[in-house]
Amino acid sequence: MAEEQNVRKLVDIKNERLSFFTPAGEVKALNDVSIMLEEGEVLGIVGESGSGKSVTAYSLMGLTAHPGKLLDGTLWFNGHEIETMTEKEMRKIRGNEISIIFQDPMTSLNPVYTIGNQIEEVVLLHTDKKKKEAHERAKELLELVGINEPEKRLKQYPHELSGGMRQRVMIAIALACEPKLLIADEPTTALDVTIQAQILELMMELKEKLGMAIIMITHDLGVVASMCEKIAVMYAGRIVEYGTAEDIFYRPKHQYTKGLIRSIPRLDTKEHERLVPIEGTPVDMLNPPKGCPFAPRCEKCMKICLKEMPPVTTFSETHYTQCWLNQKEEMEGGAANE
Amino acid sequence: MLKYIAKRIGLAIVTIWAVATITFFLMNMVPGGPFLSEKAISPQAQAALEAKYGLDKPLFEQYITYMKDALHGDFGDSLKQRGRTVMSIITKKFPVSARVGGMAVLVALCVGVPLGCVAAIRRGKFVDSFISVVATCGIAVPSFVICTVLMYFFGVKLKILPTLGLTSWKHYIMPVIALAFYPTAYIMRLTRSSMLDVLGQDYMRTARAKGLSQVISLFKHALRNAILPVITYVGPMLAYTLSGSFVVEKIFTIPGLGGEFIGSITSRDYTVIMGTTIFLATLITIMNVVVDIVYKIVDPRIKLK
Repeated sequence: MAEEQNVRKLVDIKNERLSFFTPAGEVKALNDVSIMLEEGEVLGIVGESGSGKSVTAYSLMGLTAHPGKLLDGTLWFNGHEIETMTEKEMRKIRGNEISIIFQDPMTSLNPVYTIGNQIEEVVLLHTDKKKKEAHERAKELLELVGINEPEKRLKQYPHELSGGMRQRVMIAIALACEPKLLIADEPTTALDVTIQAQILELMMELKEKLGMAIIMITHDLGVVASMCEKIAVMYAGRIVEYGTAEDIFYRPKHQYTKGLIRSIPRLDTKEHERLVPIEGTPVDMLNPPKGCPFAPRCEKCMKICLKEMPPVTTFSETHYTQCWLNQKEEMEGGAANE
Repeated sequence: MLKYIAKRIGLAIVTIWAVATITFFLMNMVPGGPFLSEKAISPQAQAALEAKYGLDKPLFEQYITYMKDALHGDFGDSLKQRGRTVMSIITKKFPVSARVGGMAVLVALCVGVPLGCVAAIRRGKFVDSFISVVATCGIAVPSFVICTVLMYFFGVKLKILPTLGLTSWKHYIMPVIALAFYPTAYIMRLTRSSMLDVLGQDYMRTARAKGLSQVISLFKHALRNAILPVITYVGPMLAYTLSGSFVVEKIFTIPGLGGEFIGSITSRDYTVIMGTTIFLATLITIMNVVVDIVYKIVDPRIKLK
């Protein structure tokens, strides 16, 4: 049964637990994270800094930084069981079936090699193409990501290109082998607003053209709203709410998600209305609270929230939360219906 | 590029002129002279000698004469080594020092860079600590101690290496090791720290995300970025090492140029002091230009202006 499901699913992460063993103690970066993604789908992972967004995505590529360690869970990707694979096997997948673009295009390209060299490198690594064919492919890729005069750009060095242009190059590198999954780790955070829109538009366009799935990691709800079909809201290493874009924006259940949405500026807000911030500070991951990690900041915190981790409350096939309040409401609602 | 080199050569000439001028006047300010020794010679003989070499003339006139001759490539005769011109001393002894020094630099690079890389990759592990201790020793222990220890073990105790002169390839081993010790240690530390910096860079993460193996990402992506500080150090170091070390040459009785630097100063051999100083200054200036050009080749972001 489980295997049958896996045939369809591109990504199926189940109950992933991952910790960083630092000198100060164990940081539980991921607790029971489960993510599913079908081919061609766009998933947004939102959350504040340190909530485990990037760690989830990196672990799927086998790029967990030292001293991180996967403790439990299964990571399924496109027919591979990532958690059992060796570094050597992982290398065949990275940059080939699964690619990533990083936050800061200014520093993500090697300053001492030409753009051409850096694109051709990944083509040569994963295909049988000869040097000349790889060069042609690099040119093609630059055209694909909307860079003019590709022949000239290929000979240039990263410092000769603007930030937006460099992010396009990063995308070209990521797409060189037509991956099944593209992970975008805050791809627009370091860019200015007009360029941000261009890059996002480009990504959507390429998704249509090439049909890859995308995991979009961001703390910008606007980006998520415009791009993603499914959204996972992360807090303190847990997915606190998961649902379709509509679920999250029109029927948010978790107090944290509600708070996030309240803090977005809207066009129809009255002039004197203020944005509502989420009070408090993120949890200390070295000493996480016993119960729900969001409880100390939650307006509707109940006694049980401080004591025990809430179970999963399912609203529909694609919509679930981890919150005692939701659980309580659902139980009462269910009882009333009966 | 050509314009840049021309400009640098112009600057180099000014630098060398300044070094020569300062050395000339400082040298003459130091008490004593070439013809004062424990075995007193008659005042007449001394006056005659000074007149022969023009040392009786006013200092400024001596300076002008020296510079004029130097411009024509004439660095004069040695005042103490009879019948030898300064030029002949340098051309005879420099190749000897350069051979030993060149090998030492090569050893330093071939050992220092890889070990530095290893230390950076295995940082915090035993290998790293071990290399750090060796590097610190290499920097802290003066060369005469290293020379003596080497001689004692390989020459006296094990009797496998000759301790004097430079007649076979075996003679080179100890002096080269002794000379290479300090630069090796220094290069190791430089490589380690700049490698650590580079390994944390975002583009190294990109390299891994591309699926490159650790070896390729190290050699292709990390080393070229990490080597820049090493190049900066190796340039002037090469100039110093090629021109010989006083201590190492004295201990292993190598007929190199290193001895002349110190020897000429203690014996107030004015022309040799000037000759060797100008020679070293020229060598260092050339090395600095070479370093700049190599820099430009390694890192395209650097603009030579």
